[in-house]
Order: sequence, then structure tokens, then C-alpha cells
Amino acid sequence: MNGDPLWSIFLNACLINNFVLAYFLGICPFLGVSGKLATATRMGGAVTFVMLVSSTCAFGINLALNAIDAPYLKLISFIAVIASTVQLVEMFIKKVSPALFRALGIFLPLITTNCAILGLALFQTNKAYSFIQCIFYALGAGLGFTLALILMAGLREKLDLMAVPDVVRGAALTLMLAGLLSIAFMGFAGLGG
Amino acid sequence: MAASGTTVDRRGTDEFIKGLWKENPVFVQLLGMCPVLAVTNTAMNALAMGLATMFVLVMSNLVVSSLRRFIPKQVRIATFILVIATFVTVVDYVIAAISLELHKALGAFIALIVVNCLILGRSEAFASKNTVGMSLMDGLGMGVGFAFALFCLGSVREILGSGSLFGIELFHAGFQDWVMMVLPSGGFFTLAGWLLLFNWLKKRKQTREQQVAAAQEVA
Repeated sequence: MNGDPLWSIFLNACLINNFVLAYFLGICPFLGVSGKLATATRMGGAVTFVMLVSSTCAFGINLALNAIDAPYLKLISFIAVIASTVQLVEMFIKKVSPALFRALGIFLPLITTNCAILGLALFQTNKAYSFIQCIFYALGAGLGFTLALILMAGLREKLDLMAVPDVVRGAALTLMLAGLLSIAFMGFAGLGG
Repeated sequence: MAASGTTVDRRGTDEFIKGLWKENPVFVQLLGMCPVLAVTNTAMNALAMGLATMFVLVMSNLVVSSLRRFIPKQVRIATFILVIATFVTVVDYVIAAISLELHKALGAFIALIVVNCLILGRSEAFASKNTVGMSLMDGLGMGVGFAFALFCLGSVREILGSGSLFGIELFHAGFQDWVMMVLPSGGFFTLAGWLLLFNWLKKRKQTREQQVAAAQEVA
């Protein structure tokens, strides 16, 4: 068991060790979906939800695998659970709210290959968090991801209107922006200990 | 199948070469960004990660292409992921057996090779449609291209951030390390720098070609 208090776990995952800007997890959606503010917000919401569900499942799987003494199956079962969770969420949203389903479009199935989610499942196992701690960790990571995505989208919407040299336009500009954001987030170090 | 042996060889070489430069997974396609940025703070880590990814890529390409007739279309993505996850588990345990220190430095990123979009992308776009031999060449080319790109980033970050390469000191004692380069933000900046360089080269080539074309028109 890990003795970290809940608020510290939450702050750590959300700001200090932000999954995107400090751990480099989920860079693909971070660069790909951060063009517009509206899609960025929705994507963040979907990822946070999948994180919560898969974190809960991963906690159960880890207990089960430890009970039958087969830790080498961890990776395979985690990824299988995440893939099926995403599928389940997709079907659920399609049934309950077709409008939201259309709005999210291709981003939903792509969450499967978002490394932030598998990373979360692996980290919480390594840190031996309890069930409640896992929930807070997943919530913090999800909010941190959403925050980074929204900040980035806001900046990029502004930058689209600026005059920049042709050579810089595109991926290089986005990466430099991410680097500056990452420096800004370093300012949170030491906040929660 | 191709009629003669030489054409097969030519195509195999082409598949190999394209991954190195023209379709380089990192610099051109921008795939698999997470490990590219996360574990390239030293050249050694970058090279180890590149080799591990290359192994998984080649093996999963081989298995997927040899099973391509038996995998039902509806569940192909899930099947690919399971094949990849199996090889990643193998790599994870092999690295832990060879060097525990390296295993610690790479951390969760070995396990995260599973969700490297490059590997799933090659399985889906190439190995599931091509012969075993071609898939092997494709996997090797993409793998070497990926490892090369990781090494490019890792060496720059280590030289500037710690003043060394593969742990060997390069500068005299007065060298002030650019600590930022080994921190997360340095990863973003270094990759941006490499992309800028390639963009600039591409732009220069384009303008040259345009000038040549214009000159020929005048003549």
C-alpha cells in the first residue's frame, strides 16, 4: 500500500507531473486534436472518462493476476481491457446520445492507442495505490490531460492568425509551443511535494 | 509473385530504403511521438529504445503477414494488438535480464511500445496486405529509421544537456550544461529543431527546382 494523501496524488497527476507535458504520454492526440478549442474539450472529456473506467478495471485485473501468480499477463490483459472499454463506451454513447457520438467521430476509437491510458494503468500498479487512490489518480491525470489540451488549443487558435515564417509553420511550431508550455508547467514543481 | 528474382530484390530494397528517409516514421510521418520525446535524454537510452521498438516491429510484421489470410477482418485490430503485446512482454523481460539499470531508465516506456502507433500502423497498412518477405524488409526499414531518429534526438540532447556522448565527457570542465535539454521541454525543442532543419532543406530544394524549371522555360 502507498501512503500518499489523496490531494497530493491528485495534484501530482494533474499539474506537477502532468501526463502530457512532463511524462510525454498521449502526445499523438495532444498534437493531432489540439487545433480547435471545441474538439479539444470534448476529447479531454472522453479520455478522462475512459481513464476512470480502465483504471478501475486495471485495479481489479491486477488483483486477479496476483492471485493466480501470473504477472507476465499484465500487459496483454490491460490492453485487451482498454480496447474493450473503448468499444463499450463507443456503443454506450451511440445509444444514449447520437449527437455526441457524431461530434466525437474518429477520436473515440483512437483513444485505444492513447498511451496515457495504458501508462496510467501501469503507473498505478507500480505505485501500489489503493482503490480510492487509483480513482483520484485517474481523475487527476484526466483533468491534467484536458487542461494541457485546452491550453494548447487556445494558443494554436491565436497562432493561426499570426504571421510566421513559412519554414516554421506546421509541426515544428506546435512542438516549440509545447516546449514553452512544458517550461511553464515546471513552475508547479514543489507544489505538492 | 514476381516473375524474376531481381525484381523481387529491387522491391525489397525499396521497401527497406523508404523507411530510412523518404517515409521516416519520426521526421516525416510524426508517428510514435511519445517514446521519441520521453526516453531520448541520453544517446544510450535512445538507442536501446530504438532497437527494442525495431525488434517488436519486425517480429509483429512477420507474424501478422504470415497470418494475414486467417485473421477475420472484424477483429483484426484486436488481433494485431495482442500479437504486439506478446512481443513487447518478451522484450520487457529480456531487457530486465540483460541490464536492470537500463530497464529502470526506460521505465514504463518499454511496456508502452504496445501503443506505439507506428507498429500498429505498419501492421494495418503494410503487413496485413503484403508477403512475409516484403513485410520483413518494411519492418527493418521502418525500425532502423525509427532508431536513427531516436539516436539523432538522444545524441543532441545528451551533448548539450550533459556535455557527453554515451557517458564519455566531450568538453573541458568549464562547459556549462544546458540543463533544459534533458528536461521534458528540451525534448520538444530538439524535435522542433530537427523538423525545422528538414523543412528548410525541403524548401530549399523546391525553390531550386522551380528556378531550374523557370530557367529552362526561358531558354
